Order: sequence, then structure tokens, then C-alpha cells
Amino acid sequence: MSVLLEVRDLAAAIGGRTLVSCLDLRLDAGERLAILGRNGAGKTTLLHTLAGLRQPLAGDIRLCGEEMSALAPRRLAQLRGVLLQQQIDAFPASVLETALIGRHPWMERWAWEGATDARAARQALAAVGLAELEQRDVHTLSGGERQRLALATLLTQAPRLALLDEPLSHLDLNHQIAVLELLASRARDNGMGMVMVMHDVNLARRFADRALLLFGDGSAQCGPVAEVLHAPTLSRLYGYPLRRIDADGSDYFIPE
Amino acid sequence: MPTRRRALLLVSALLMLALASIAGALMAGSYAVAPGDVWAALAGTSQGMAGEVVTGLRLPRALAAFACGGLLALAGALMQVLLRNPLADPYVLGISGGAAVGALAAMLFGLPLLFIHGGAFFGAFAAILVVFGLARGDGSWTQTRLLLTGVIVAAGCGAAVALIISVAAEHQLRDMLFWLMGDLSHAGSPWPALLVLALGLAAALPLSRDLNLLARGDLVARTLGVSVRGLRGAVYVLASLLTAVAVTTTGSVGFVGLIVPHLVRLAIGNDQRVLLPAAALAGGSLLVAADTLARTVVAPQQLPVGVLTALLGVPVFLYLLSRQPKGGRE
Repeated sequence: MSVLLEVRDLAAAIGGRTLVSCLDLRLDAGERLAILGRNGAGKTTLLHTLAGLRQPLAGDIRLCGEEMSALAPRRLAQLRGVLLQQQIDAFPASVLETALIGRHPWMERWAWEGATDARAARQALAAVGLAELEQRDVHTLSGGERQRLALATLLTQAPRLALLDEPLSHLDLNHQIAVLELLASRARDNGMGMVMVMHDVNLARRFADRALLLFGDGSAQCGPVAEVLHAPTLSRLYGYPLRRIDADGSDYFIPE
Repeated sequence: MPTRRRALLLVSALLMLALASIAGALMAGSYAVAPGDVWAALAGTSQGMAGEVVTGLRLPRALAAFACGGLLALAGALMQVLLRNPLADPYVLGISGGAAVGALAAMLFGLPLLFIHGGAFFGAFAAILVVFGLARGDGSWTQTRLLLTGVIVAAGCGAAVALIISVAAEHQLRDMLFWLMGDLSHAGSPWPALLVLALGLAAALPLSRDLNLLARGDLVARTLGVSVRGLRGAVYVLASLLTAVAVTTTGSVGFVGLIVPHLVRLAIGNDQRVLLPAAALAGGSLLVAADTLARTVVAPQQLPVGVLTALLGVPVFLYLLSRQPKGGRE
């Protein structure tokens, strides 16, 4: 197992408020980590810091064995991909064109998208169920379709580490499971490592190997999902009492 | 799917259009010149009136129009990506406002043509520096801040222009109004502007795929390996310089910088690798055609070219917009 991400003594702050401090973290290839926490607890801030989109307050981050701040932007984009929380389209573009931008870090400056790039983009679109819509304009997509398109762009980019900010937002239940199954298969078959910001504790329990709980005051707890996700801990995490239900040998958490 | 072949085809087609517009400009006028005579004049084998008119008067003016149209359209396309705002144009950040203050002040004091050009360039440059300096602020260089700073500087310049016009003597007003609407009759040598257009395109094209990503948002661009900070600085400086050269040469010709990038985008999509050269060629052609009409429609009187760019461009734009199917491109 190769180490994708190694974080030591990390601190991150936003607006003068320290949200994460003294965080140590390690992610191996094929591992899936869920980040859970309340609104404003620093999930996105941490994700952006891990992606190199924000400077950490302190600590260092190594990506595939290399100091992240020393990586050239293009190399960084070959190693890690990010699914952003919001997709903003100021200008019209087709679905295929939008998926194709994932190939950018792999193309030389004067290169144009060729058959290989198109194949990668079409495969990614097919994987998220958008193959039929490849000529549609992004402005005509529904919220869920746009979200899946962003995921297809990330799959086209094919990074070794995927950082996903709420990958399930705008998705109906059917597509939530489909997306998580798809990500699980990428982790299993391609060794893609994943950090996912999530809101659904039960899906996190089912589709992540480990969970990182951010309490919003700088403290955090990390461990295998079966060990970390407990009703008392989760009640403290969300500031609302949760109850554990046992169904067919699996734990489920529901709000009181 | 964007391909290099399609890009080359489109650019060659627009190159043809540009040549056609310049040929038209050389032939048309109160003294009509036949195609054969135009050719002879360009080859240097013509004697008499036709040669004089074509190479001495019409060619420099047509080339200046082409260069300025190209500069404005290219600058507009870059600004729209930089500000991620389809409503941005080269003037939105106050550059033409600064140039207008400089040029009109020179006119107010009755200075010769050279000083009017110099004043325009100085004013444009001052506006660029002010906007760039203020918008940077504490280093958080957001496009909202840039846009706001530019709009406010432009508003200030607008007030200064109104002040100059209101104290100017009656006989100066016509020249001032023509400058404000864009006028090619005092354009001077076209070569500096053409050179800047060529250099500007050469500088922008290597960045064009990065610009495709920047158009989708700073964060998206950064996640895909674009160093956004450097790119935005470069694009701002480039677009500003192109605009400054254009307004210095012809005054603030409106419309070209806003509408041509849109027109091209509606026709061929938003891939900057094609859009940038295509916009430059289309903008140049539009301004050449507009200027030809401006000096022929009610000859011997000349109209401000800015009026004609709008009169020509608006119907074409509206047609393209209405032709666009509601559910995405074909």
C-alpha cells in the first residue's frame, strides 16, 4: 500500500478562528475517509487546505511522498483532484467539453484534445449516467446532473487522490448510492484514495473506511468508522441527540 | 469536440472575411476604384489618382481600423474571461475613461494631434495603474473588487469628461464628440497598432487553454493546475495595454469590444484557443466595414464610426441570439 497523503501537525483557520489544530492524518491508496461535522466546523476549509487551495496555518502536507507546497501546479493536478461544493458556469459549454477539462493537467501546452482524451471523458460520462447528454449545454442540466458532470470531470482527471466536497449534494437517493458505489469501485480497482465531506452518517458508515469528526473548536477525532461513529460522539458532534438502531447486524443512527 | 482542424478552418474563413473587408474599404468611397486598379496600386505599378487614393489614404485608414477593431475585440474577450462576466468590455475598467480625459484635455487646450494621442495614452495608463493598484488592496484580488474599482474610476472619468465638455468652446465640441464616439480620420500610421495586435495575440494564444479553465472559475482552474494569480495579472495587463493602444489610435469606439466576442462565442463556442484569434479577426473586419460605411453613406460628410459599428452589429447579434436553440448547441 502506498501512502497518498501524510499530514502532520496541521492547523487551519478561517476568519481568525482556528478550526483544525494539531491534526495528524495518513491516507493510503484505495482508502476512503469521510469528514463529518456541523456547518461551519471547517470541513471545506480542511478539504481545501489538503488540496493545496489554501495555505495551512501550520504543519506540513505530503502528497505521494512529496512536499505539497513544492509541487508545480500541473503536477499537483495530476496527483489530486477536487470536487468543489458549487459548480458555477458563467459561459455556455457542452457537457462533453466540460468533462474534457479534466484532461488539462495531462496535456502539453499546444496539444488539442485527441481520441484518447475524448475516450476518457466519454467513459467518465457513461460512468455517471450522462452519456446521452454529452452535447447538451451545461445551463440546461438539473442540479443533480450538473453535480454528476462535475464528478465525471474529476474521473476524467483521474487523480490518485480525490477530495470531494459534498459529493452527494443535489442527488436523489438512487444517484447517491450509485455515486458512492462508483467511488468505491474506483478505490478498489484503481487504488484511488478519497476524502469525502459528508452529511449522512449512515452513508458514511457504509461507504467510508475511516471517519474524521471535526468538532469545530479545533478538536478532531479520527478512526475506523465502526470505532468512531457512536451515538454519544455523534450527538456531541452535531449538537443534537442521535440514537443507534441495530438492523440486520448493522448500526444505523437516527435523530431522536 | 474542439479540434485543431476546425479551429484552423474557422480562422482561415475569418481571415478571408478580413481581407474582403479591407478590399472593400480600398475600393469604396466618393472616388470609386475598380478591383484591378486597387491591385495595381498595391503592387506599386499604378500611376495617378487611383494609386494615391488607395495607398496614401484608404490603406492606412483601413489597416488602422482593422488593428483597432482587432485590439478591442481581443481585449474584450480577455476581460470577459478575467472578470468572468459576459457583460464586461474593454472599457469597463475605466481605461477608455482615462484616455478620454487625457485626449479631451489636450483638445481643450488646443494642443496638436500628437498631444491628443499622447494625452489619451497617458490617461489610459494612469487609469490602469490606479485600478490595478487599488484593486490589489490587501492582496485579496477578487474580480468583484476589480470590477467595482474599475467602474468607479470610469464614473469619475465620465464626470471629468462632462466637465471638460461643458467648459469647452463651441468649435471644439464636434472634435470632442467624434473622439468620444470613435473616429478614424485622425488615426495616423496603422503600424504600431497592428504590431501590438500581433504581439498581443502571440502573448494570449499560449495562455488560451488556461483561460478556458479560468472562465470556469478561479477554484476550478486551480484544481486543474492553472496558476491563477499569475495568469490573471498577465491577462489584466495585456487586455489593458491592448485597449490603451486602441483608444489612443481611434478614440473610444464603442460596441466592438463587447459584442464581437459574444458574436463569435455564439457562432463557434467559448474555446479561447479559437475565440481569441477569431474575435480579433472579426472585430477588425467589423470596424473596417463600419468605417467604410461611415465615410461613404452620407459622403462627403463622415459619420462617427462607433455609430456604424452598433448599427451593423446589433442586427447580426440579435439574429445569432434568436437562432440559438433553447436546449443547448447542436
